[in-house]
Amino acid sequence: MKKEKTMKLSLPEEELMCSGHLACQGCGATPAMRYVLKALGQKTALCIPACCWSVIDGPFPYSTLDVPIFHCAFETAASSASGLKAGLEMVGDSETTVVAWAGDGGTFDIGIQALSGAAERNDDFIYVCYDNEAYMNTGIQRSSATPYGAWTTTTPVKHFKNRPKKDIDAIMAAHRIPYQATATIGYPEDLFKKMKKAKDIKGTRFFHIYAPCPSGWKSRPEDTIKLSRMVVQNCIFPLYEVEGGEKYTLNIKPREKKPIDDYLRLQGRFRHLKDEDIQVMQAEVDHNWERLLKRVEAK
Amino acid sequence: MKKVIMGNHALSYGAMLSRSQVIAAYPITPQTQVVELLSEMCASKTLDAKFIKVESEHSAMAACIAASLAGARTFTATSSQGLTLMHELLHWASGGRMPVVMGNINRAMAPGWSIWTDQNDSLSQRDTGWLQFYCASNQEVLDTVIQAFKVSERLLIPSMVVLDAFALSHTYEVVDIPDQEKVDAYLPPFNPPVRLTPSDPHAFGGLTGPDHYFELRYKLQIDMEKVPALVEDTGREYEKMFGRHLGQVEDYRCEDAEIILVTSGTAGYTARVGVDQLREEGVKAGNLRMKMFRPFPFVKVREILTKAKKVAVVDRNISYGHHGIFFEEVKSALYGFDHDLPVFGFITGLGGRDITPGMFKEMAHLTLAKDKPEEEITWIGVKR
Repeated sequence: MKKEKTMKLSLPEEELMCSGHLACQGCGATPAMRYVLKALGQKTALCIPACCWSVIDGPFPYSTLDVPIFHCAFETAASSASGLKAGLEMVGDSETTVVAWAGDGGTFDIGIQALSGAAERNDDFIYVCYDNEAYMNTGIQRSSATPYGAWTTTTPVKHFKNRPKKDIDAIMAAHRIPYQATATIGYPEDLFKKMKKAKDIKGTRFFHIYAPCPSGWKSRPEDTIKLSRMVVQNCIFPLYEVEGGEKYTLNIKPREKKPIDDYLRLQGRFRHLKDEDIQVMQAEVDHNWERLLKRVEAK
Repeated sequence: MKKVIMGNHALSYGAMLSRSQVIAAYPITPQTQVVELLSEMCASKTLDAKFIKVESEHSAMAACIAASLAGARTFTATSSQGLTLMHELLHWASGGRMPVVMGNINRAMAPGWSIWTDQNDSLSQRDTGWLQFYCASNQEVLDTVIQAFKVSERLLIPSMVVLDAFALSHTYEVVDIPDQEKVDAYLPPFNPPVRLTPSDPHAFGGLTGPDHYFELRYKLQIDMEKVPALVEDTGREYEKMFGRHLGQVEDYRCEDAEIILVTSGTAGYTARVGVDQLREEGVKAGNLRMKMFRPFPFVKVREILTKAKKVAVVDRNISYGHHGIFFEEVKSALYGFDHDLPVFGFITGLGGRDITPGMFKEMAHLTLAKDKPEEEITWIGVKR
């Protein structure tokens, strides 16, 4: 007898993100939103500060999302989410999941005070940082999330960024929040599963989602998913969860840790790097990876 | 119930009686007692509200704005450096039409560090689209908070209730604290026409091009223009229920006055003593106390001042390179209506230096001695 093979969908079909958004081709932040909303569902409210997504969603009176959005001030993603959650509860809605949805500039830099305050209070919302590693909405200026070696318009090739990326995940872990995770759009099932898990936890939950930006990284739009998988395989951006700031769980352990060279070659922002610069970056990646493995083993 | 309370606690009682639902605040001298009492009220469930103990005033206002958008009644209080840190979000609250009510204790801006009163903190927020009410007694503080919620929520414009550092914030006075049921009858629950909810999803405050932005600002101004009448109406209603009138301005012995001293804040009650002493000397003096600063009560100011022969505006603030701020505003209100009325501008009491009844007498005599002002600013009590 012939056995019929059907493909099983790994994510729900329901879409809360419609067509007609304004993202660039190959934007990683766009599927990130799509997957997150699939996990969180209709009863979700977003606080979006100044970032690419304040444009992607579309101008007034349009919105590409089927959930409510408060477009808030740049440095207020977390404090707005705290207020929104309190306000909704006081008017009798304790079900809605409030999400602060900010870029790396709004999280690592200008919004870190409000984020730290909310995390210390353990205010009840999910904070998502989609990280495209620079101020992309304003035209590719460096942020503290920009990696060592990268070109941006404010770190020209003759003076590329010579400090490593800020370790936001360690900063959040130091707040001992109940749950935090890293994710990429290259592993949507992993992202979906962790977001589902986070939805049922109370308190401050933090997601750090790696989101390639072809316009800013000078990469090909068709490489966005590829880069989102390579960055996990070469351990630049490992996928893991932290519970209570201490219990680390590695979600994907590469069978063979790949060198970073191939990943860098796909991005024009690293084109100027010499071998010795790449060695500095590789050493940093190795160091961070070893440290993470120790934390995972220590649980 | 009558109680002897400090000005700061009058703000707390006002917020409590108004049934504030979300309070987000950060401590700053001389505001701290406002939030201390509110924390106790929330902890003891005297007030059913969520108190978010934020890490800055900037976050306080951000949280209030978002809570207001969800449809909750929100309150905060701050002062000076804290208010100016909020500046960006003051625009956000008014532009987004979130009717937050905030107490601000007037405190001079650093440097050098000062904790004493003057008005440059709140007056430099003049163009942010907030209603501003300057109070002169603890009773007025409490009453004005309740009225401010009513006016703000009707028109969806935020309000600032302002009181002087120490001269009012830490001064104890007898205050009639109205019954909750009566306040409930005066101030219905907040029920905005639109709110942020997943059951009716909208995007609030998104990218707004030149085709729409202009009209949003026009509508804010149109609603601002409705405030004076609404303040009079809600003030009369308040008077009927609680026996105390709340208006845009308060005039004292102005009916037959030849010289009117224009003041704001607690200096107004000091001015009354000066006015009484001047009257004893045979000088027909009066006092116009500016309660509402934004929107500017043009009609009331013209109505009262144009009856006088001379006007002296007393400012506890300064717009550097220009004048005292009430002075320039009063002159602009009179322009085109009474060209012959000489208006004199005095600046005194910056950084909390005392303003005495004797100073008001001095200002009145300086005004009477000249036909027209001979200098841009006349400084009172400055050491040169």
